[in-house]
Amino acid sequence: MHTYANPHRLARIFDAIYPWALAGVLALTPIGLWMALIAAPPDYQQGEAVRIMYVHVPSAWMALFTYLVVAGGSAAALIWRHPMAEIVARAAAPIGALFTGLALITGSLWGKPMWGTYWVWDARLTSVLILFFLYLGYMALHEAFDDPDRGARAAAILALVGVVNLPIIKFSVDWWNTLHQPASVFRLDGPTIHPSMLWPLLTMAIVFKLYFICVLVLRVRLELAERRLRAVERG
Amino acid sequence: MRAALIALFVRDLRLARRRAGESLLVVAFFVLALTLFPLGVGTSPDILARIGTGVIWVLALLAVLLGLERLFQPDLEDGSLEQLLLSPAPLELLVAVRCLVHWLGTGLVLALASPLLAILTHLPNEALWALPLSLLIGTPSLTLIGAIGAALLAGSGKGSVLAALLVLPLEIPVLIFGLNAAEALIMGLDARAALLFLGAFFLGSLALAPFAVAAALRLALE
Repeated sequence: MHTYANPHRLARIFDAIYPWALAGVLALTPIGLWMALIAAPPDYQQGEAVRIMYVHVPSAWMALFTYLVVAGGSAAALIWRHPMAEIVARAAAPIGALFTGLALITGSLWGKPMWGTYWVWDARLTSVLILFFLYLGYMALHEAFDDPDRGARAAAILALVGVVNLPIIKFSVDWWNTLHQPASVFRLDGPTIHPSMLWPLLTMAIVFKLYFICVLVLRVRLELAERRLRAVERG
Repeated sequence: MRAALIALFVRDLRLARRRAGESLLVVAFFVLALTLFPLGVGTSPDILARIGTGVIWVLALLAVLLGLERLFQPDLEDGSLEQLLLSPAPLELLVAVRCLVHWLGTGLVLALASPLLAILTHLPNEALWALPLSLLIGTPSLTLIGAIGAALLAGSGKGSVLAALLVLPLEIPVLIFGLNAAEALIMGLDARAALLFLGAFFLGSLALAPFAVAAALRLALE
């Protein structure tokens, strides 16, 4: 694991991944959008508005996944003082906030025609809103100290505390009676969503994941460059 | 170890007694902020009775958050926090003792003052014991979770606003279940589930929050 504590090695791996991820995003985005917006059938209940789902659901998945990256990186940074894990966690947080914001916005745009309101205070929506604030708090705490190292570690503790929110988000639709529909893809008895909608959804999910990798690589590069600049200025 | 914990408890209690004015300030905020609501939404007893429970719980949450800056900042400034760190007793337990004493001066006082606010907002008579009960079980979690924010920002000079923003999202569940419990009790419904959830939150935060607080304090003293 400490093999990757070397910034050069991390940068080399990221450099190797980046072109493939970028090519994947460029190639799959038009395919995914075509499948989601044109090829997929309208829903028998929701009509054309169901197409919002192909953006909403991958955003929500990535919002949770990114928080796992932030929390995992924070844990590695706190336990092993792993410098690169800290950089990855910090670089991932704004992307996660973006995905969470996107999930909230697309969800409320879908909610207006379907539920008749942009927002309801039910368990799933509220817990995702909390996730959004956790991302913002994590980023604000990073900036709150003059010593960047202390800010990073304080933020890491907050990220770990916020992990308790993840199971609440995931299971909120099972534990409470909410307007939000329960899981229909990741189920023990197999997905209940029809294949004609499942495939566009999975394609979009892959696009989102690759996009995340691309932006993460760019942000990590930026962070490494900034640190090098700080070191040069100091020395 | 027990001696160290008792010594800290007695010391904090003595300090809290000398600074009893701070507890009174918390109550003063609680009552004064409540008086803004009749002025804001009108003095009609119907409206006040409907929003009263929620307003009182929200104000209690804010009052607890307001008092959190005093949790570690004075000790950090005069160096006694470093003495705590050197003590043979685990910092996690010392943190729990500190939170307990702090709660005696804030959460407990707020719970005892809440019947007065219930009368001011024309709540039914059941609220006179339902509100203090829900606050008694709920406010310790608020203090414990809030302590994480206070410890994370101790010594940063950023004041308590950012600390409040950090922990506010985490305290929302306590507010939800505390309100559910209080309202069910007032309406004469079965409040057991909400009360059990509230108790579970308290036990969960008692078990986990001291570790996060201790980690943050060690970081602050490095």
